Amino acid sequence: MNRPETTEKNLKTEHKSGVEMDEALVKIKTRALSVYYGATQALKQVDMDIKKQAVTALIGPSGCGKSTFLRVFNRMNDMIPDTRLEGKATIDGIDIYSPNINVVTLRRLVGMVFQKSNPFPKTIFDNVAYGPKLNGVTNRSQLEEIVERSLIQAAIWDEVKDRLHRSAMELSGGQQQRVCIARALAVSPEILLMDEPASALDPISTAKIEELIHDLKKEYTIVIVTHNMQQAARVSDYTGFFLLGELIEFDKTERIFEVPKDKRTEDYITGRFG
Amino acid sequence: MMAQDIGWLKPPLVDSSSTPSIYRMTRRGNLSQLLTLKTFRAGEWIVEKLLAAAGMISILFIALIFVFLFKEALQFFKTVSPMDLIGKWVYDEYDEKWVFKTMWQAISSVPKYSLLPLLCGSFLVAFPSTVISAVFGIGCGIYLSEVASDKTREVLKPTLELFAGIPSVVIGFFMLMVAATPLQDIFHTKFRMNAFVGALGVTIVAFPIIVTLVEDSLRAVPKALREASYALGATRWQTIWRTTLPAAISGVSAACILGFGRALGETMIVLMVTGNAALVTGNVFSTVRSLTANIAAEMGYVEHQSEHYYALFLVGAVLFVITFVLNIFAEIILNRMRRKLRM
Ligand SMILES: Nc1ncnc2c1ncn2[C@@H]1O[C@H](COP(=O)(O)OP(=O)(O)OP(=O)(O)O)[C@@H](O)[C@H]1O
Ligand SMILES: [Mg+2]
Repeated sequence: MNRPETTEKNLKTEHKSGVEMDEALVKIKTRALSVYYGATQALKQVDMDIKKQAVTALIGPSGCGKSTFLRVFNRMNDMIPDTRLEGKATIDGIDIYSPNINVVTLRRLVGMVFQKSNPFPKTIFDNVAYGPKLNGVTNRSQLEEIVERSLIQAAIWDEVKDRLHRSAMELSGGQQQRVCIARALAVSPEILLMDEPASALDPISTAKIEELIHDLKKEYTIVIVTHNMQQAARVSDYTGFFLLGELIEFDKTERIFEVPKDKRTEDYITGRFG
Repeated sequence: MMAQDIGWLKPPLVDSSSTPSIYRMTRRGNLSQLLTLKTFRAGEWIVEKLLAAAGMISILFIALIFVFLFKEALQFFKTVSPMDLIGKWVYDEYDEKWVFKTMWQAISSVPKYSLLPLLCGSFLVAFPSTVISAVFGIGCGIYLSEVASDKTREVLKPTLELFAGIPSVVIGFFMLMVAATPLQDIFHTKFRMNAFVGALGVTIVAFPIIVTLVEDSLRAVPKALREASYALGATRWQTIWRTTLPAAISGVSAACILGFGRALGETMIVLMVTGNAALVTGNVFSTVRSLTANIAAEMGYVEHQSEHYYALFLVGAVLFVITFVLNIFAEIILNRMRRKLRM
């Protein structure tokens, strides 16, 4: 990883987002964050403060780097060959790209829900118990407790409690996605990254997931990518608008949607983009 | 009512520029467009039928082989009882008593056609060779699919495929002239040519098949599943053991079954290095004769349409059935995997 030295000084410098945020409430912070896939630059100098126990939505047209940005925080981009990162990304003030960071521990702290539901071809129980088992939980009753708690949190317990030992692949897309959310919650992460979690779902499942996000933010810091403006407006406290790898505007959600500062943001959210 | 039903075929009734695009699209279709679509499909229809015909012809050939093989094989039972396939009571003139002989001895005053020694031979070669190929093949498949860099894979894969291309007579010759004696020294075996030497030779053939199939089935596991595992904080090996391999287990089993089928079918290597004495034994270091080697060894001098001739066809039919069942089994398992992974 090839990063220029970032000093405390330029960490505190003014950045694009006009949001004033109490340092103590900031969970994730990026400064001059750039990500390259080989020669293409997917993120350009992104500065963002993500607030603790709040929902931050990322919006922007396809290919603008939202997923790339999200995957910075659990270092999933590491697995793609030829990726390079510049700048700084911190969680609780700790540089997650410093060489002595344990990526495995980081990923247990930062859960992720993917755009396309991807349950393991295992039982519902084994799907949710996967993470806890990795953490060394072997006690059956303890596992059962975690699985139940996570499924309840993900608002799917009632639908699956009688079929915990049936394959998760038999569930509908919306149910699968909520099992995937339960699976991410089972390791008790502090941050939840959601990459278009409701993009393939019907309005009822979507509503359930939105409700769930609303409940989850009491405990978790949530970053969600969405293509659905109404969804962003409904679920998030802060919204960042990306365009071609740049963070164009970042502010409280109601301000982004009511009084956007940038013309491009306004065009995008009103659907007049392009 | 009618007008509503075919509404989408008619030109738009409203000014299209002011209507949303989806609405425009559904109203854009017209009859002439539908007709051209149909003409285009005629070409597809021909190609489809040709492919179907090609498929049917290959099925026909298999069916013909099947019919021919079984027609000849069943002739055997005109003169011999099915019981003889297991063994035969023979009066031993020296010991002056009846003994149950489980032997294959087609050229004899009392011909004996027990399949037991041949089945023993086939399994004593195929089973160890499958076990060795599976252990190394699965390991190598995992390495190629999950661990090796693209560069390493680009070198290793063609090398392995080269192995699969070595004519079995060459492998047999190599085992016979180069490997057999050192192997005898290592294992202190009574016979220089034995089932184990054959199994090692057959491994050279079965191993690349298993590696290729294992690698393919691991690669068929969607990347999303690996990502899900990594995102939960699994290490690379935890991901392989807990996600990738279990997801591919059907493909891996099918690979082993197909490797086993290939090992059972191998003729030349077995004929050259196992000694060919048809014994009923469970000892891998014993000399054996397999079903395949038996046909190859005796087909040359068998009298046309004799009892012996039909007996060899019966051996062939047995081999055919075993491989056929194994292949179907593998196919079923592979299908289950495809369903499970929704591919
Ligand atoms: N694995 C990769 N290798 C090379 N380039 C990539 C890779 N993944 C993404 N990119 C590029 O990085 C840019 C940002 O991609 P990213 O997936 O972050 O976009 P996105 O905003 O999530 O889009 P979408 O809304 O379609 O999901 C795109 O130009 C894309 O082509
Ligand atoms: Mg994306």
